[in-house]
Amino acid sequence: MTILDKVTALLGEGAVLEAGQDRVPRIAPGSPDAVALLLGTAHQEGWRVRIEGAGTWLQSDAPADLALTTRRLDRIPAVEPSDLTATAEAGIGLDQLRQQLADRGAWLSVDPPGLAGRTLGSIVATATAGPLRHGFGPIKDHLLGVTFVTGDGRMVQSGGRVMKNVAGYDLTRLQSGGFGAFGVIVLVHLRLRTLPRADITYLLEGAREDLTQVGEDIAAAGLTPAALELVSPALARRERWVLGVRLAGSPALVAADEAGLRAASGGGRFTPLRAEEAHAFWMRLAEGFAVRPVTFRIGGVPSASDELLDLLQHQLGDEWISASPAAGALRWTGDASIDRLQRLRRTLAGLEVPLTLERAPWPLRGAVGHFGAYREGVGPLVAGLRRTFDPGGAIVVATEGT
Amino acid sequence: MPDLVVLPGTREQLIAVVRLLAAHDVPFVPRGAGTGLSGGALADAGSVLIVLTRLNRVLRVDAEDRLAVVEPGVVNAKLSAAARPHGLHYAPDPSSQSACTIGGNVAENAGGPHCLKYGVTANHVLALELLLADGTLVEVGSPGGEAWGPDLVGVFVGSEGNFGIATKITVRLTPLPRAVRTMLADFNGLRIAGEGVSAIIAAGIVPAALEMMDQSCIAAVEDSVYAAGYPRDAAAILLVELDGRNEAGVIAETEAVAELLRKSGARSVRIAASEAERERLWQGRKKAFGAMGRLSRDLVVQDAVVPRSALPHVLETICAIAKNYQLVVSNVFHAGDGNLHPNISFDATDPELKQRVEAASAEIMSTCIAAGGTITGEHGVGIDKLRYMPLIFDPESLGAMQAVRRVFDPKERVNPGKVVPVHACREWTSMRNAKFGMRNHNGGFNSTFHIPHSALEVEA
Repeated sequence: MTILDKVTALLGEGAVLEAGQDRVPRIAPGSPDAVALLLGTAHQEGWRVRIEGAGTWLQSDAPADLALTTRRLDRIPAVEPSDLTATAEAGIGLDQLRQQLADRGAWLSVDPPGLAGRTLGSIVATATAGPLRHGFGPIKDHLLGVTFVTGDGRMVQSGGRVMKNVAGYDLTRLQSGGFGAFGVIVLVHLRLRTLPRADITYLLEGAREDLTQVGEDIAAAGLTPAALELVSPALARRERWVLGVRLAGSPALVAADEAGLRAASGGGRFTPLRAEEAHAFWMRLAEGFAVRPVTFRIGGVPSASDELLDLLQHQLGDEWISASPAAGALRWTGDASIDRLQRLRRTLAGLEVPLTLERAPWPLRGAVGHFGAYREGVGPLVAGLRRTFDPGGAIVVATEGT
Repeated sequence: MPDLVVLPGTREQLIAVVRLLAAHDVPFVPRGAGTGLSGGALADAGSVLIVLTRLNRVLRVDAEDRLAVVEPGVVNAKLSAAARPHGLHYAPDPSSQSACTIGGNVAENAGGPHCLKYGVTANHVLALELLLADGTLVEVGSPGGEAWGPDLVGVFVGSEGNFGIATKITVRLTPLPRAVRTMLADFNGLRIAGEGVSAIIAAGIVPAALEMMDQSCIAAVEDSVYAAGYPRDAAAILLVELDGRNEAGVIAETEAVAELLRKSGARSVRIAASEAERERLWQGRKKAFGAMGRLSRDLVVQDAVVPRSALPHVLETICAIAKNYQLVVSNVFHAGDGNLHPNISFDATDPELKQRVEAASAEIMSTCIAAGGTITGEHGVGIDKLRYMPLIFDPESLGAMQAVRRVFDPKERVNPGKVVPVHACREWTSMRNAKFGMRNHNGGFNSTFHIPHSALEVEA
């Protein structure tokens, strides 16, 4: 019996999708229990499984016996606008989730890089926050709990559905940014916000150093933008660097911030965008990170942002860069070799700045790893957690590289 | 009682003590100021209590990058005091902030009234130096907040001392608000007050704090030295604070909130006219637990969280439980995030009364769980809530927690007997078979999630 025969017998023909270019069987379990069944069996049989969402972010090229895609886990069991919470399965596309939440007057205030149909599970597992991290924090700040399936088929609940929760250890935070190394996320409990009644974007073009200064002026003026993003010309498809400022919230607060923005920028040099223009700008930014072969993020202290931008430009070239200077977060996408990335990671480690490889072809991410340059004592803990949640190493993931 | 209490005065002494205990396989319990409310820092015979209050130095305040590096024994309020000259503060503000330590806050993932807007401790910790049970030092997190791999800072925060001791803590500091408005609204009923809370949240306004007190609590405060001028005849009051860096925005939102509260049925809405009046309003709230000491010699401070929309129903049920057990229950809580603190006043020397208090507490917890809530929002599990853990987590999930604990502390020597009820865990070994899957297969791949198992279902 082939693996495909066994899986078909186990989950039914409906779970078997057309294989990708590498001819690895692609399986789409229809429920969290089916994910548990598949991984439990894979653990028993010694199969190596790569995890996929919609296949729009991380390249589907890791060597494996089968690919488990969460795309059929696309239900939204609960949306509670009055509690500002929702529960969604991991395979739901962010575009669908956004729409359903908006219909109920609720908003998940994240804008991760990638295409519109990128799955919720992918966003949580890779902890890829976009420009809204400036105002609303990283992905983990939007999570109330998760349910995940370990590499040997156990289903584990963490957290809950309420706004505050300290019952038990926080395994949700282990899963957020774990890149699947500690299990497959199947269900996510989310913290929402009320759909902003006012949402406006302003752009300012100029030299990078000038825009950096304006960004600092905005912070000093006490404004609270939802996003304050510095975007390279190539990524923004403009002649010069662009500073995007998004104000979102209650009309009263946004109106006050708009007035403050004009004052902070010396008399209204910012250009306001119409709603559809703003949508196109932020979408283009998000999608830009999904088209080049390599994307990574780094996180330093705010005062180092300029130096880090210089470093990226010097070592990798002035490719497609987006930065939230006030949050110290930068994202780069382009083409880079293994050697260059490893050298950059070492250089950054010396500055106490972690580099997280978000996407890259398998040969590169297998060699470089999503993580690396651990600080003192971290390696054994990560290895121990990996053994705990995937004792047979069924899940194929490039954690530290080679 | 512990066999020994040690108060190291330096990081090096602390490391030496932990390594000595590791060499002799002795369990130990880390302790900050001991203000926790779930028994998390209690030590039994056979263990050593390590008190961290002498490690109380603020090592660095970096105003430019808005962060501070502190030792675990630094008192919460003193950190904010150290940051204040730079126009910054440490946002999590538990009611015990004048005494509790940052190390304890990290262990418990402490909250506080202003966490509605600013988040809990986990949202403010950037990096940690950890001392594990075997004496190993580990650095997790980075000053910028990005993890070196998995988010081990997030895993450690709230682990209630079970994963080791945080010897150096890097926290994010938050700019002091330039504008603050505090208002007091009073209501004829808890349900109406709850509707006022919902109206504010539905309007997309996130107050800095949104606190509620019931009549019993109001009376206790007004009878005490902390009297704040709360109307004694109100069934409930709401204390709402709006803040921000933009004066015009705060003023506009304050007006909007006042209008929403009036429309929701508030009898009156009063905005503090001066800093002194604001401080007085807050003193009543922050010292409410102390004021309740006047009601009887003992007090059970409960901590549970429910969905905001369930607040009116749950509060009414708690009233019914109090009546049924003939107990005095006072509610003072973080209404904005549904974090309840029903407090039961009693005399612990009366065994029959004590039994009723325990039964009522269990019923209150069951009510909160049934409403979709959880057993603790900020006080932790400790030993107090151990018995409730199997009500919200199945044996597999409890087993997973225990397994993670063993990654940090294989012999389970740090703070033994807390957080995870070992008897309720499904054993987590490296061997796994397909039985789990097949059982689900027979069930037809139902995507309905498991109803939490009881401890009785634990596999042998």
